[in-house]
Amino acid sequence: MWLFNSSVGKKVIMSVSGIALVLFLLFHMSMNLVAIFSAEGYNMICEFLGANWYALIATAGLAALVVVHFVYAIILTLQNKKARGGQGYAYTVKPKNVEWASQNMFVLGVIVILGMALHLFNFWANMQLVEVLHMLGANVDASLAADGVHYIKETFACPVYVALYVIWLVALWFHLTHGFWSALQTLGWANQIWFNRWRVIGNVLVTIIILGFLAVVAVYAVCPCAGC
Amino acid sequence: MDKNISFTLKVWRQRGPKEKGAFATYQMKDIPGDTSFLEMLDILNESLVNKGEEPIVFDHDCREGICGMCSLYVNGHPHGPATGATTCQLYMRRFKDGDTITVEPWRSAAFPVIRDLMVDRTAFDKIQQAGGYVSINTGGMPDANAIPIGKDVAEEAMDAAACVGCGACVAACKNGSAMLFVSAKVSQFALLPQGKAEAAKRAKSMVAKMDELGFGNCTNTRACEAECPKCISISNIARLNREFIKAKLKD
Ligand code: HEM
Ligand code: SF4
Ligand code: FES
Repeated sequence: MWLFNSSVGKKVIMSVSGIALVLFLLFHMSMNLVAIFSAEGYNMICEFLGANWYALIATAGLAALVVVHFVYAIILTLQNKKARGGQGYAYTVKPKNVEWASQNMFVLGVIVILGMALHLFNFWANMQLVEVLHMLGANVDASLAADGVHYIKETFACPVYVALYVIWLVALWFHLTHGFWSALQTLGWANQIWFNRWRVIGNVLVTIIILGFLAVVAVYAVCPCAGC
Repeated sequence: MDKNISFTLKVWRQRGPKEKGAFATYQMKDIPGDTSFLEMLDILNESLVNKGEEPIVFDHDCREGICGMCSLYVNGHPHGPATGATTCQLYMRRFKDGDTITVEPWRSAAFPVIRDLMVDRTAFDKIQQAGGYVSINTGGMPDANAIPIGKDVAEEAMDAAACVGCGACVAACKNGSAMLFVSAKVSQFALLPQGKAEAAKRAKSMVAKMDELGFGNCTNTRACEAECPKCISISNIARLNREFIKAKLKD
């Protein structure tokens, strides 16, 4: 099957999984913004998603996307290392027009996945997981499982977490400023005009997404009672 | 008149594909600025031969930027610091008195070193042989304007056809990807009516050959485009992706 055994096919897998994740981030960010304006409203969303069947299916889908994206990132990066050959250049310069992010996508991706692990530990493990365990009859306290605001406050009261989340989001910004247009180029949806258009659209979209996430972190780090 | 310059030359020397290579250092004295880079190497080689040493082996042929044979990685750039020029079109006036100039062969698993600065680029010939041609009968030379082709389309095809197959794109790419070369070879035909008939087959077989020969996967870093002596655009890579995906979806 061409998707799995050709270079362009493997890139299509990266591209489609990446774009799907970007769309998820857009949704997630919009949802988070509610926490700035209304704690009650935010918790209503948490309640609504919680461990309902549709939220669980969506979570499984997301996990699959991340795994596919990550596995193909490893495969492609290893193949590319091999194609480069063992002997490197003694003298190198970064050519003009080459974005730093484009040559460091894997490192940025690793930072992103570590941040994701931390994020799951801070929130998902306390919320959806607890709810699922509770439903399965385990002896866990589920009284705070839908209280997203409680966990936002708790997490961002700690300056170390704030710093880690900021690093994570900045890495994600770099990953996506290259990733967005690269994904469309990979799908062949680019030419001399659309190349620049996608870059501008990507930069604007990604900056909005990341600023949205950062806003919640900043508001809760500075004033823990926001939205009350 | 250009000034004469003196400089240090660090050149990769390697006796054979399996031997270990190393840099050798040469002092160059009073080289006129209007000497081309390859002429400068000729001067060095002449002095090496006179001293009874082995001359430096490097590829070259036309020495006017059309054959794509010359292939030196000079101070971190394939074809040296000039843009839109091959190594044979690089002149010593680009460098300053007292500089150290580092010269390396293309580095890529698919282009093994044969000797010194000469690498084996048959991989590109194999990709061309896999589909980089038109094999249908397109008849005799048509009258001018008998087949109308838009000016911008004709120009894009012509720009793609400017690729000289030098391999600088592969040499510049951190992934050792040959996508810029393959996309230029696919685009020059895919844009024109005579090439369209076999476009799908061509994209599929050239990409398959490229993968088989161990070139890397393009991550759109654009290093190729920046270093290509013929300024081939990565919009050709988008076209190759499009042709390839379309062809596979149709199967
Ligand atoms: C929310 C998380 C993520 C999003 C939204 C995302 C998005 C993207 C997008 C849109 C691309 C461009 C695809 C293309 O060039 O065709 C991309 C490429 C890439 N991603 Fe991610 N990514 C994420 C997480 C990760 C993770 C965890 C890794 C793991 C190391 C990773 C590694 C890579 C690599 C290496 C590339 C370059 C691959 C290539 O262009 O061939 N990404 N990503
Ligand atoms: S695309 Fe440019 S760098 Fe690559 S082989 Fe053709 S002329 Fe050389
Ligand atoms: S020797 Fe022919 S292009 Fe340089």
